[in-house]
Amino acid sequence: MDYSQFLAMKQEIGLLIVFLLVFLYDLFAPRYAVAGTDKKAVKGISMLATVLFAVFTAYGFCCSVTDNAQSVFGGMYSTTPVVATIKNILNIGVLIVLIQSMQWNASEAQATRRAEFYELLFITLFGMYLMISARHFLLFVIGLESASLPLAAMVAFDKNKYESHEAAVKYILTAVFSSAIFMLGLSFVYGLAGSLYFDKIAAAALQDSGLLIVAMAFVMAGIGFKLSLVPFHLWTADVYQGAPTSVTSYLSVISKGATAFAFMVVMVQVFGQFYSDAWEWMLYALIIATITIGNLFAIRQRNMKRFLAFSSVSQAGYIMLGVIGANEMSLAAMMFYILVYIFSNLAAFGVIQAIENKTGLVGMDSYRGLHKTNPRLAFAMMLAMFSLAGIPPFAGFFSKFFIFTGALNQGSVAMYVLVLIALINTIVSLYYYLLVVKAMYIAPEECEIANFKSACSERLALVVTVGGIILLGIVSVVYNSILTMTSSPL
Amino acid sequence: MLSNILIYFVIVPILMLGGLALCRNIKQIRAVAVAGSLVLIGLSVYLLVEYIAQRGLGADAPMLFTGSWTWFEALGIHLAVGVDGVSIAMLVLTSIIIFAGSFASWKIDNPRAFFLWLILLSTGVYGFFISVDLFTMFMFYEVALIPMYLLIGVWGTGRKEYSAMKLTLMLMGGSAFLMLGLIGIYYNTEMPDGSHTWNIIEIAHQGHIDKGWQYFLFPMTFVGFGVLGAMFPFHTWSPDGHACAPTAVSMLHAGVLMKLGGYGCFRVAMYLMPEAANDLAWIFLILTGISVVYGAFSACVQTDLKYINAYSSVSHCGLVLFAILMINTTAMTGAVMQMLSHGLMTALFFALIGMIYGRTHTRDIRQMGGLMKIMPYLAVCYVIAGFASLGLPGLSGFVAEMTIFVGSFQQGMGEYLAGAGSLRLVFTIVACCSIVITAVYILRVVGKLLLGPVQDKHHLELTDATWWERLSTVTLIVSVAAIGCFPNFFTGLIRDTFSGELFEAVKLNMMNIF
Repeated sequence: MDYSQFLAMKQEIGLLIVFLLVFLYDLFAPRYAVAGTDKKAVKGISMLATVLFAVFTAYGFCCSVTDNAQSVFGGMYSTTPVVATIKNILNIGVLIVLIQSMQWNASEAQATRRAEFYELLFITLFGMYLMISARHFLLFVIGLESASLPLAAMVAFDKNKYESHEAAVKYILTAVFSSAIFMLGLSFVYGLAGSLYFDKIAAAALQDSGLLIVAMAFVMAGIGFKLSLVPFHLWTADVYQGAPTSVTSYLSVISKGATAFAFMVVMVQVFGQFYSDAWEWMLYALIIATITIGNLFAIRQRNMKRFLAFSSVSQAGYIMLGVIGANEMSLAAMMFYILVYIFSNLAAFGVIQAIENKTGLVGMDSYRGLHKTNPRLAFAMMLAMFSLAGIPPFAGFFSKFFIFTGALNQGSVAMYVLVLIALINTIVSLYYYLLVVKAMYIAPEECEIANFKSACSERLALVVTVGGIILLGIVSVVYNSILTMTSSPL
Repeated sequence: MLSNILIYFVIVPILMLGGLALCRNIKQIRAVAVAGSLVLIGLSVYLLVEYIAQRGLGADAPMLFTGSWTWFEALGIHLAVGVDGVSIAMLVLTSIIIFAGSFASWKIDNPRAFFLWLILLSTGVYGFFISVDLFTMFMFYEVALIPMYLLIGVWGTGRKEYSAMKLTLMLMGGSAFLMLGLIGIYYNTEMPDGSHTWNIIEIAHQGHIDKGWQYFLFPMTFVGFGVLGAMFPFHTWSPDGHACAPTAVSMLHAGVLMKLGGYGCFRVAMYLMPEAANDLAWIFLILTGISVVYGAFSACVQTDLKYINAYSSVSHCGLVLFAILMINTTAMTGAVMQMLSHGLMTALFFALIGMIYGRTHTRDIRQMGGLMKIMPYLAVCYVIAGFASLGLPGLSGFVAEMTIFVGSFQQGMGEYLAGAGSLRLVFTIVACCSIVITAVYILRVVGKLLLGPVQDKHHLELTDATWWERLSTVTLIVSVAAIGCFPNFFTGLIRDTFSGELFEAVKLNMMNIF
C-alpha cells in the first residue's frame, strides 16, 4: 500500500492531531479532588482546544491555497479546492462555536466533564469531513454515522436536565432510522448499478425505472432527516430546544452546512448523471415544503431556541436552492450562503447563550425591552435577524440574492415559480424575524433581564460574528474567491 | 473612485453615521445632523450647476458624471453611478427635505438612535437615485425601507406596532416581486456580445429584452415599485404608516421615499421594457386612475389630519404614476414636477401637522378650531401648503398638475383621433376630477382647523412656532414657491431626459407598435 496517499487527507489528519492533543492533555492535566477547583483545569483545556483549533483552521487555509485536486484510495476519497474551501468554512464556524462555548464549559455543572465536549465535537467534525470528501457510499456512510452518533451524546450533555435526555433519545432514534432508510436506498442503487463508487454509478447511466425512483427517494429521505427538510423535520424543534445551546448552535450551522454540501455532491455527481430528472422534481417539492412550513411554524414559537430551529428549517430550504440550480454559480452561491448563515445564526445563538448563561431565560417574552438594559446584545441580535431575513447592507441580503440569481441561471419557468415562492416566503420570514426586533426595541415593558457584563469570550465571538455579518457581503473578495474555487471541478 | 462627485452622496451620510455614533450630547447630534444636511444641500446645488453647465457645453450623453467600479466580477455587478436631470431633481429634493426634517425633529426623544436610522434611510435614498446598476439600485432601495420599521415602531404614535409591521411587510413584499423582476431582466437582456449586464444605460441603449419576457417582467417591476408609489390596491400601508410615523419620518417618507416608487417605475420598468409598457399600460392606467380619485375621495371623509394627508399623498403619487404611463414628453415632465412638488408640499404638511400635534396633542379636526388666532404663523403656513396642494398658480402644485393634464390630454386626444381607443382620454378626464375633490378636502380642513371658533379653551394658551420650526417651514415654502414661480428652469432640467435621443428611440419603438 502506498502510504503517501494519506498525505491527501491533510485536513482530516490535522484534525485528528488536534483531537489527540486535547485528549492527551485531558488525561495528564492535573485533577483536583474538590469539584469546584476543577474549573482551572477546564479553563486550560478550553484554551488549549480553542487555540489548537485556531491554528488548525489557519493550516487548513494554507492547504487549500497550495493543494491541487487529488483522488486517493482507489477513488474513494477525493479532495479538491472546492472541498477544501467548504471544510475551511466549517472550520471558521466551529472556531466561533468553540469560543462561544467557553463560558458554558467553565460553568459549575460542566466543570467535571473536562474535555468531553471538545473530543466529541472533533469526532463529529471528522465524520463530516469524510462525508464531504467521500466518493464512495461506504465511506459516506461511515462519515454520516460518526457525524451523528457522538452528536447524540452531545445533545444529552446537560445531564441534570430532563429535556436534554429526551432530545438525545429523539435525536438518536431519528438518526438511526434515517441511516437505515438511507442504506436501504443504497442497496437498491447497488442492485441497479453494481457499484457504490460515485463515478461508477454515474457511468451506469441508469434509465428511469420504478426502483430507481424509490432508491432516490430513500437516499434523499435519509439525508433529508439530517438536513431537517420538511417532512423529515419533526425532530428538529425538540432537539434544538432540549440540547445545550452550544450544541444547538453546532447542530444548526455546522452539521447542517456539512450535510448540505455532501448532499449537493451526491445529487450532482450521482443522481444528476442519470437519465432521469425525477430527483429535481422531488427536490423541488421538498424545497417548497421546507421553506413554507418551516416559516409558518416559526411564526408561533415563543422560545428562542425553538424559534431558531424552525427558522433554520426554512433556511435549509434556501440552501437547497443552490443544489437544484446545479451549476457553478449556484454552487458558489450555496457555499457563500452557508458561510453567511454560519455567521448570522451564530450571532443569534451567541446572544441567546450569553443571556442563558447569565439568567437562564430563553423565552422571547423575556427579551422585551432588552435594548434598554443590554443595548449591545440587542444590537447584535437585531443585526443577526436582519441578516437572516436578507436585509441589506448585511451579508444575508447578498447571499440570498446570489442564491436566487444562481437558481434562475437555467431560465426555466419552473425555476422562476420556485424562486417566486421562495421570495414570497422571505416576507413571511421577515415578519417573524421582526417580531424579535419588536420585542427587543419596541415593547414598552421593563426588561426581565438586568444589565450584565457578558464574559470576554462571548463578547469576542459576538464581535467576530457581527463583523462578519457587516463585512462578508460588502467586501466582495469573499464571494469572488469562493467563486474562483468552485470554477474547478468538484 | 473618489474623484466622482456622486459617490459623496453616499459617503457624506456614512460619515454622518460615524459622527453620530461618537456624539456625546444632543447639541453635538444636532450639529452633526445640520452640518451634514447643509453639506448635502451644497453638494446637490453644486451638482445642479455643474450639470447645467456641462449640458450647456454640449454634453449629450444620456447620463452625466458616470462611473463604474467592479464589485462582484463574475456576476457582472458593478457599483455604477450616473445622473440625468430627473435624478438631480430628486437629489435636490432629498437634500432639502432632510434639512427641513432635521429641524422638525429638534426635540425628539433618544435623538442619537433616531438620527442614526434617519440618516441610514437617507443613505439608501441617495444611493438609489445615483445608481444606474440594477443590483446596487435594489440594494439601496431596501436599505431605505428597513429603517422605517424602527423609526415608526419606536418613535411613532397611535397603533405604531401594527402600522410599522404592515408598512414593512407590504413594501418588502413589493420588493420580492421586484427582485425577481430585476434578476429576470439581467438574464433576459440580449446584449450584442451575448453577455449579461445589470447596467441600466447599457440595457436601454444596446440591449433588448425578448417581448414575451417583457410581458412577465414589466408587471413584476412596475408592481414592485408601484407598491412604494402607493398604487391602488397596494396603497393601504400608506395611511397607517404615515399616521403613526413621527414628523420627520412622515416628511421623509411621503416626501422622498414614495418618489422612489415613481422614479423606479419610470427608470426601470418603463425605460427598459418599452414594448410591454406600451401594451400593458392600460391595466396600470386603470389602477392609478383609481388611486387618484379614490385617494382624493377618501381624504374627504377622514378626521385625522395625518390620514387626510396620507390619502392625499395616495392621490398625488397616483397622479405621478398615471402621468408616467401616458408615455408623452409633456406628461412625463409633469410627473417629475409632481414628484418635486408633492415631495415638498407634503413634507411641509407633515411638518406643520407635527408641530400642531405637538401643541394640541390631538390630530382630530373636530377637536380643534380657530388656530389662526392662536398660532398665526403655523396657520398661514398651513394655508400656503393647502393652496400648493390644490393647485394655486404661483405655487408648485399648479405647474405640475397643469403639465400633467395638458400632456395627458394631448396624448389621449391624439390617440382618440387616430382611432386607437379612448382609454387615455377617458381616464384623463376622470383624473382631472381629482383637482376639484382636492379643493374640497383642503378647504374643509382649513375651514375647520384654522377658522371658526376655538374648540378647546386650553388651546388659547398655546404658543406659535419656535425658530427651528420657522426655519424648517420657510425652507420648504421657499422651495415650493420657487418651483411655482420659475417652472421653466426645472422643466428645462428634466426635459432633457424625456426628449433626448434615448427617449425618442423608446417612443419611436412604441409608436411602431401602435
